[in-house]
Amino acid sequence: MTVKSGPVQKGMSRVSDRALLIFAGLIYLFLYAPIGIVMFFSFNSAKSTQNFAGFSTRWYGELLRDQTVLDAFQNSLFVGVIATAIATVIGTLTALALSRHEFRGKTFADSSIYAATVMPEIVVGVSLLVFFVAAGVGLGITTIVIAHVAFTISFVTIVVRARLSGMDRSLEEAAQDLGASPMQTFWRVTLPLILPGVMAGAMLAFTLSFDDFVITFFVSGVGSSTLPLKIYSMLKFGVTPVINALSTVVVLTTLVIILGASRFLAGSDDTKGS
Amino acid sequence: MRGRKGWSLGLAGLLSPVTFWLGLFFLVPLLLILAYSFGTSGVYGGITLGFNPGNYLKVFDPLYLEIVVRTFIIAGINTLLCLLLGYPLAYFIAFKGRRWRNILILMVMVPFWTSFLIRAYAWVVILNGNGIANKTLQFLGLTSEPINLIYTPGAVTLGMMYAYLPFMILPLYAALEKFDGRLKEAAQDLGASKWHTFWRVTFPLSMPGVIAGSILVFIPSAGEFVIPNLLGGSRTVMMGNLVQQQFLQARDWAFGSALAMMLAALLLAAILFYVRRVGTDELEGA
Repeated sequence: MTVKSGPVQKGMSRVSDRALLIFAGLIYLFLYAPIGIVMFFSFNSAKSTQNFAGFSTRWYGELLRDQTVLDAFQNSLFVGVIATAIATVIGTLTALALSRHEFRGKTFADSSIYAATVMPEIVVGVSLLVFFVAAGVGLGITTIVIAHVAFTISFVTIVVRARLSGMDRSLEEAAQDLGASPMQTFWRVTLPLILPGVMAGAMLAFTLSFDDFVITFFVSGVGSSTLPLKIYSMLKFGVTPVINALSTVVVLTTLVIILGASRFLAGSDDTKGS
Repeated sequence: MRGRKGWSLGLAGLLSPVTFWLGLFFLVPLLLILAYSFGTSGVYGGITLGFNPGNYLKVFDPLYLEIVVRTFIIAGINTLLCLLLGYPLAYFIAFKGRRWRNILILMVMVPFWTSFLIRAYAWVVILNGNGIANKTLQFLGLTSEPINLIYTPGAVTLGMMYAYLPFMILPLYAALEKFDGRLKEAAQDLGASKWHTFWRVTFPLSMPGVIAGSILVFIPSAGEFVIPNLLGGSRTVMMGNLVQQQFLQARDWAFGSALAMMLAALLLAAILFYVRRVGTDELEGA
């Protein structure tokens, strides 16, 4: 690397590399151990969340027999699917506008998109609550869907836009030179090329919706409990193995979707132009 | 190459759905609580609009000031801890990760996307009276009987650090990953020690990541209410809990709105600071 790195400095750097490696390992342990503990105890045959008595799936059985949990799961899926579908379409259109056009007010549009991703959730939650009450809209599944679309659009926009910015424009220009209409160009050239980004954006939108607690907490009504709200209300009665089991189900669902999304994003790198 | 210039029918078509949705369900609600924050709450929960700065002045009431100060201290400590723990990891992934880089960064992203509520709950399981933390302390002979770990400011800080660490690592990694290794070599060829190279070259160049990460950790920590709710109990109340109380229990929506606006203003100030220090290119890029 350098002319100056004698044996002493090399030895030093090996020691500091080793220290960095150990530190990194500990951070990963810190990131994963707490969730791991919750998942581990969900398979405990005893009611205790401290002593592991033996392997059992009885708490998962109890989950399946709890109708309120199943209802919450159904609500979460319904909200997630509908909100994702709407947010993905709107987010993709927005990404196309922002990456392909220069216009007055673009900075404002950009800032609003980013503000929506970093605005503290509690502010979004209470402002929507105030808005729905002022507008006379009853709180329930509909208001949850509206809120989820509002906070996931920006994430879809950012992911799709990243994909668009790395895309080779010459393919679209070629299609248009060959006589394709703008619509044909979009459906036959642009969309297939950005599809991995769109799919990844959709999957992230779904996990955000599926996991959201704070915003949902403020805009849900009676009988419109989602899984995170259900977990929260169960928590009020103390820590139980059933919550561990439910948490495990939610974490694994998220994990599967995230790994799927990352495959889409990883696969998209190979086909990136320029 | 740059995009098409100016407004057109097509552009208006692309932008109208987002304008409608974010306009009606994000900006209008924010403007509404801005208006409410200057209103006066009635005895029975109604609100009269007007220009009443009293809701903002109320935070100087010692009762509430204590909560605001605590919020800033906990959010500040959390940001610092995330930076101290996150920087070495981001550095490790960016410079030593080699072909495992993508997997290593994905392993940071998985907890980032995993339910916040469950990650906070995990610490309830660990820290409660007979939880693993107490068991370990007793096993090591540090304590003879269970000590009170949960429902303390320490528990809240730990839970927050756990929740927000990925928010720090990801922008730090994004900044370090772009780093041109030749700059480091140049510094060392010119006789700088490794330590010197880091503080004079690597660290200053990673500043955009440090600032972005600190904002992404500090702002949501200041507005956090789930973690202090689950891990802080009634003695570690933060601004987020106060907002929730004003809206759902006390029904003083004017004061609640003022508190929420203060959190939003904090975000605005942070974004302006970022744009001034780093510029908007970073925003448009990634």
